Amino acid sequence: MRCYRYGDHAVVLAAQGPPSLACQQRLWTLAERVRTWPQVEDVVPGMNNLTLICRPLRMAFDELTHRLRAAWMDAEAEALSGREVDIPVDYGGEHGPDLEEVARLTGLTAGEVVSRHAGGDYVVFFLGFLPGFAYLGGLDPRLHVPRRATPRLSVPAGSVGIGGAQTGIYPLAAPGGWQLIGRTCEVLFDPTRTPPTLLAPGDRVRFRIASVRP
Amino acid sequence: MSRGAPVVEVLRAGLLSSVQDRGRFGWRHLGIVQSGALDALALELGNRLVGNAPTAAAIEITLGPARFRFTGATRVALTGGLFAAKLDDRPFSSGWSIPVPAGAVLSLPAASAGMRGYLCVSGGVAVPRVLGSRSTDLAAGFGGWQGRALRDGDALPLGAPAWAAGIHAPAFGVRLPENACGSCPQTAEAEPLTVRVMPGPEYGALPRATRRRWWTQTWRLSADSNRMGYRLTGAELDRGGQASLPSHAVVPGTIQVPPDGRPIILMNDAQTTGGYPRIGVVIAADLWRLAQLRLKAPVRFVPVTVAAAWAACWAERHYLRRIDAALRLAGLPGEPHDDSNG
Repeated sequence: MRCYRYGDHAVVLAAQGPPSLACQQRLWTLAERVRTWPQVEDVVPGMNNLTLICRPLRMAFDELTHRLRAAWMDAEAEALSGREVDIPVDYGGEHGPDLEEVARLTGLTAGEVVSRHAGGDYVVFFLGFLPGFAYLGGLDPRLHVPRRATPRLSVPAGSVGIGGAQTGIYPLAAPGGWQLIGRTCEVLFDPTRTPPTLLAPGDRVRFRIASVRP
Repeated sequence: MSRGAPVVEVLRAGLLSSVQDRGRFGWRHLGIVQSGALDALALELGNRLVGNAPTAAAIEITLGPARFRFTGATRVALTGGLFAAKLDDRPFSSGWSIPVPAGAVLSLPAASAGMRGYLCVSGGVAVPRVLGSRSTDLAAGFGGWQGRALRDGDALPLGAPAWAAGIHAPAFGVRLPENACGSCPQTAEAEPLTVRVMPGPEYGALPRATRRRWWTQTWRLSADSNRMGYRLTGAELDRGGQASLPSHAVVPGTIQVPPDGRPIILMNDAQTTGGYPRIGVVIAADLWRLAQLRLKAPVRFVPVTVAAAWAACWAERHYLRRIDAALRLAGLPGEPHDDSNG
């Protein structure tokens, strides 16, 4: 683990070694703890790291990193498990226009792609890219497929896709290059709701098959 | 004329106008971006000039021209870029605070210097707070006025002025902050703007020649720069084969080097996480100067320590405190206070 300064009002704690669920769990626990520190404005987990964004002129770097290191050591014991979130997905058809392409790329049938995707246990490692967009760990390696050669100009909100070793759900209509295999009617982001996002770091996600269309 | 609560009518929104306050904080871990005024110092100054709390929302105007009408008597200030504006037929320039009769029309020509103006109105733009802020998140489509850029014909609600007695006080002006956009380069031929940067976490991992080039080269602001990011044009930077990093949080001011070697400076609407090497971070006290740089104008970067970054931040606070003191001497509120909607 190392701590380093990032600009004039942020500090990063970066864990060493390859990313793992255990390490990420420690980071979520740490995030919850440091969020209440008076000089801290925002706490953002990334992959294997945690960034503290501080109020201007409130960050005494040495003192902050000292406390952060101590809190990191302390966070080892307990691990945040998160909520379990069930996401119904309509696979294939107009909701998943790339399902056949994913089947072709993986050498599986469309049905096998769906059952492997819905059979996985996923964990929200962190959020970014768009409000409510979760970086999920746990995609079956057999389902790793390259992104589309030509990104779509607009992917509908709720689209479930695969890009490389990642699977995820588009919370908003946005341009995107992932292979779309389905869509959920769950609302991933609603700024008027508390909390505003369906998923948070540490949540465990299961995709449930609502329907499968060719 | 409306008989309800006073509003500001957008007669001409121009290139890009939106409602912005200081920004949205505390939600980055859910992927929710900061947003907020790109020239935060101008917003703070403008709010003071009309007796608002520093957190009140204003209209951020990109370049202009733009035109607004006020349905009730109020007080307005224009800060940020330099505009030879007119209130009906009276000249009204940046850095001035002026009483406005009901029905008056404020016309802004295109900025003569700088890139963004802030129209601050007594009581602030009273759109609902969403996730603690009135700023517009243009990409996600929420906050501000209906989650979008302003259009001709919009009518924005105004809050009740905390400084009701001061609305009719005579017009006055203040000195703009040092190095304000009057001294910013306006054309491609001008002397470059100097922006102070703290070397970033991946700075040391880049090849020496790349680091030297970064500091010695005069860069230009590319035409495809926006509130999300400023793209720089110049000789491309060789990353030395450095691969992408594990995703990490990014903050406004971060200078990223993507694989094409063309640096991007993240601005307020940038996404919350990224994975490109961070060559540097523009210090907080210089972000507003950068926000006023015109497209295609030249800019260069100088390295500074955190001590220098904080000293610059203190200098800004000191400037605002002097403004506060001057306002108090003139019998105006002159310091941050609570207002019902701020």
